[in-house]
Amino acid sequence: MSPVWIQTRELARRSLVRTLRQPAQVIPTITFPLFLLAINAGGLDAATDLPGFPTDSYLTFALAVPFIQSGIFAVSNGGADLARDVETGFLDRLALTPMSGVALITGQLAGVVALGLLNAVVYLAIGLAAGATLAAGVAGALVLFALSLVIAFAFGCVGVYAAFRFGDGEAVQGLFPVMFVFLFLSSMALPRDLIEQEWFRTIATANPVSYLLEGVRSLFIVGFDGEALALAFGCGIAIGVVFLALAVARLRTRLVRT
Amino acid sequence: MSGFARTRSIALAVTWRNLNNFFTNPVLIVPALLFPLFFFTAFAGGLSRVSSAPGFNFAGDYTAFQFVFVLLQASAFGGVFTGFALARDFESGFGRRMMLAAPNRLGILAGYAISAFARAVFIWVLLTAIAIVVGMGVGGGAVDLFGLYALAGIVNLAALMWAAGIALRIRSVQAGPLMQTPVFLILFLAPVYVPIDLLSGWVESAARVNPLTAIIEAGRGFISGAETEVLLAFGAAAGLALALAVWAVTGLRRAEAAGG
Repeated sequence: MSPVWIQTRELARRSLVRTLRQPAQVIPTITFPLFLLAINAGGLDAATDLPGFPTDSYLTFALAVPFIQSGIFAVSNGGADLARDVETGFLDRLALTPMSGVALITGQLAGVVALGLLNAVVYLAIGLAAGATLAAGVAGALVLFALSLVIAFAFGCVGVYAAFRFGDGEAVQGLFPVMFVFLFLSSMALPRDLIEQEWFRTIATANPVSYLLEGVRSLFIVGFDGEALALAFGCGIAIGVVFLALAVARLRTRLVRT
Repeated sequence: MSGFARTRSIALAVTWRNLNNFFTNPVLIVPALLFPLFFFTAFAGGLSRVSSAPGFNFAGDYTAFQFVFVLLQASAFGGVFTGFALARDFESGFGRRMMLAAPNRLGILAGYAISAFARAVFIWVLLTAIAIVVGMGVGGGAVDLFGLYALAGIVNLAALMWAAGIALRIRSVQAGPLMQTPVFLILFLAPVYVPIDLLSGWVESAARVNPLTAIIEAGRGFISGAETEVLLAFGAAAGLALALAVWAVTGLRRAEAAGG
């Protein structure tokens, strides 16, 4: 077994245990998105009467949003955990070992990725129980879980980069509202072609979060929409790769061995 | 110096200190300004098509429809955030020193109330200017608009009194979630995006018994020039403010009993 794999496995186990042992990290990621879903499903149901709205259930339409909110929590949770390792000197102690940088980052993400998967199962179960439909069926649920993993990984990488960049848990937590700006300025509440204000539609079209949402949403409303899924997986992987590369570059300066 | 003059002097000193902290600290002023503007942008910009839904009966445009909600939300959170300052002052021991210096401690509470109102007015001016620049239609006259801002002022006072009651009992900023979560809930369990008749399910049931519904609907009536539920709205707002003022004053008595 390669040393990198052993290191990754050990750090992944630590990250997983640390995440699941913190109810303050787990509970809000489940309850807060579901509460907003419940409010929006009742508050915006009238939008389904708009000509061209893709479904007659706003609950089904809005069920994609918690999957992205779970990713936003991955930024603050994963990033804050790593920032704590920086603040407490744990990272400095790792620098004294032959620990691989890649193992450190991928291992660190295990907790938020596992939490992302757990959240996806809960959101889907509660959404279906509340009356939403999953047009893509059982196979679609598997694709949905795969996409949830990609989303958690992508946003987790943003958190890891922020942790290395700021080295301060409070600064990483401060990203939470910033990430919400991306969510609100997307096709979260209406399909892009039904957004009336052109400037808002332009922002939503340039916002990768719109494509993540639309990929998840396609499984609930359409079934298997190859283009929407390709864009969602592509955007998720691209966000993950870009921020992973940035995190690795930052890590090199954090793990300077003297 | 008479008792009233002393109380006024305390209230003004507390007001000055709070406003000085607010306007000189970017960590306090930036979120207070950005969040209402962001909600206004996201709701009015992203959801305007909803006003084309059948049964969406509102005399004005969707920007005005959302402006009222965001104005009331900003007013409520202006009160809550001032409650955070109160909690921080008592946590740090400054509240205890204020209590020692003030013969009538209601002056302390009055000072926070004035500063919460001043913060709200500052945000109203900015929000209103931006709404007018982006072309919000205003159908109501000067009296209607006075009614709208008067309602927002009472909501600001009620929210401050709620937060102050918590802050004076717990005397720690750790009580922050307890101050803001119920306010967040009561705001979003009202007709935020569409008129109440277009709500559905449990949200509609909650909105029908939520006192903030009448306040929001009256505010929307004021801005569109089609006044509705004015007496009910002012009654609900004043009732809330009065009940929560009792809550805050009993909190002050508890803080006094605990020695600040």
